[in-house]
Amino acid sequence: MKKLINNPADVLAESLRGVALAHPELSVDFENHVITRAVPKDAGKVAVVSGGGSGHEPLHGGYVGVGMLDAAVAGEVFTSPTPDRVQAATKAVDRGAGVLHIVKNYTGDVLNFEMAAELAEMEGIEVGTVIVDDDVAVQDSLYTAGRRGVGLTVLLEKLVGAAAEEGQDLASIVELAKRINGQGRSMGMALTSCTVPAAGKPTFDLPEDQMEIGIGIHGEPGRHREPLAPASEIARQLVEPILADLDVAGPAIVMLNGMGGSPLIELYLMYGEVVPLLEKAGVQIARNLVGDYITSLDMAGCSLTVLKADDELLRLWDAPVNTPGLRWGA
Amino acid sequence: MAVVDTAALVDWVHRFRDVIAEKREWLTELDSAIGDADHGANMSRGMEAVVAKLDAGAPATVDELLKSVGMTLVSSVGGASGPLYGTLFLRMGMAAGPVTELDASALASSLRAGLDGIVARGKAEAGDKTMFDAMAPALDALDAAIAGGADLSAATASAAEAAASGRDATEPLVARKGRASYLGERSAGHVDPGAASTTLLFETLAQATAQSASQAAESS
Repeated sequence: MKKLINNPADVLAESLRGVALAHPELSVDFENHVITRAVPKDAGKVAVVSGGGSGHEPLHGGYVGVGMLDAAVAGEVFTSPTPDRVQAATKAVDRGAGVLHIVKNYTGDVLNFEMAAELAEMEGIEVGTVIVDDDVAVQDSLYTAGRRGVGLTVLLEKLVGAAAEEGQDLASIVELAKRINGQGRSMGMALTSCTVPAAGKPTFDLPEDQMEIGIGIHGEPGRHREPLAPASEIARQLVEPILADLDVAGPAIVMLNGMGGSPLIELYLMYGEVVPLLEKAGVQIARNLVGDYITSLDMAGCSLTVLKADDELLRLWDAPVNTPGLRWGA
Repeated sequence: MAVVDTAALVDWVHRFRDVIAEKREWLTELDSAIGDADHGANMSRGMEAVVAKLDAGAPATVDELLKSVGMTLVSSVGGASGPLYGTLFLRMGMAAGPVTELDASALASSLRAGLDGIVARGKAEAGDKTMFDAMAPALDALDAAIAGGADLSAATASAAEAAASGRDATEPLVARKGRASYLGERSAGHVDPGAASTTLLFETLAQATAQSASQAAESS
């Protein structure tokens, strides 16, 4: 597999160097692999920290900026960052009003962020945590590590980032984050495997005429594998499990997300397929995103996220945001 | 009554580092079958960091020594194993307190506190196909041996045997924790890598206590 890299072991550090050069409005701590705003938010406001394994860009570093995250902690590709680094980020951005940790539901991330929160609290920093678990592809969630955190993480980071910018307190922000997690769901699929730089070969073997339905964002297995189908059929297979899991009729924020290896022309085509299916189910799409927002390195494929919205969420959604990955009103 | 002093604990840590390095590929192979193929590399990196730190100056008391091991693992291993192994040593240190040696029952209760910490952190239960499935039977065997009057090296040897049986018993299990759980039935037929590295931890503990006992016998 051909990649734009020097040495596989240096991919994260060298990519962060590029981030620092491209975005003077951000500040990069190269020792801890933490991206923060160059200009901290006002004292007295809650700070929002997220992080996880790398390879999902623009998530999370691309969402650091006014109206969204205060810091993102980047682990190695698909590997959770360690607690000391999460704590370093937490300490760096705390403005005296506490810090929210946004954690995707993977065992490694949950354990490392939990320890980081304990370390931060020992230093007198109040930490609230929301664990995002929106992936309806995981069916036996009682018998597994639970549903995975995927696309909804992007929408949640935007919405709670806006609430924090407004000056809401930590307890209200944790409650808001949990409410958002409860009313959003995602489903993804892959046309190809991703290739982790250190491995150098595809994580799994997916024949040319097959697709994987219900894929995660690390090349972990989906619900099932089946013959490649037209976009209209794929759209149906993304929409139906979401509708089966949650009544999403009414206003909604919808994201059609690319996994990193599918061109925008195909993502828009897919959006055109999912909209009528959602509308038929009573979903009124109030806002949308189409593009690569939470990726799985170079995997071809897409995911669909539907978040039930109300006036409060739409107001927070429309608030100004100024980050490398999302920017409006700023 | 034989004891484990800080020198024996440092010896244990060195032995664990050596065997993890030696079995690194095997651990990675086990992990690639049901996880993300990094357990060998992550544990090896962590134990190298632990040994480097201890070689630069090992703390004089058991609690400080074990806490240093735990904190280094937490900050260098990553994934789920870092917090779990880190918690094991941190809790062992807290339970041991500022002493310079542990007798058999103090060692057993320190390890028990470590296991309780792992359970609190990872929420694993028996049969979930995790490190718990090697460690819990090892500690039960350790307690039973001590209650039966076995000396320290015999007791840790029976703990190591019980860990190995527990490890082997994970093979047919369906994983219910961690990334392996997403494989469902497909996770059966593979030994759990965490149970495998935990068994190495108990085997090296048995070696370190045997070594310490034979040195004590020579010097007396």
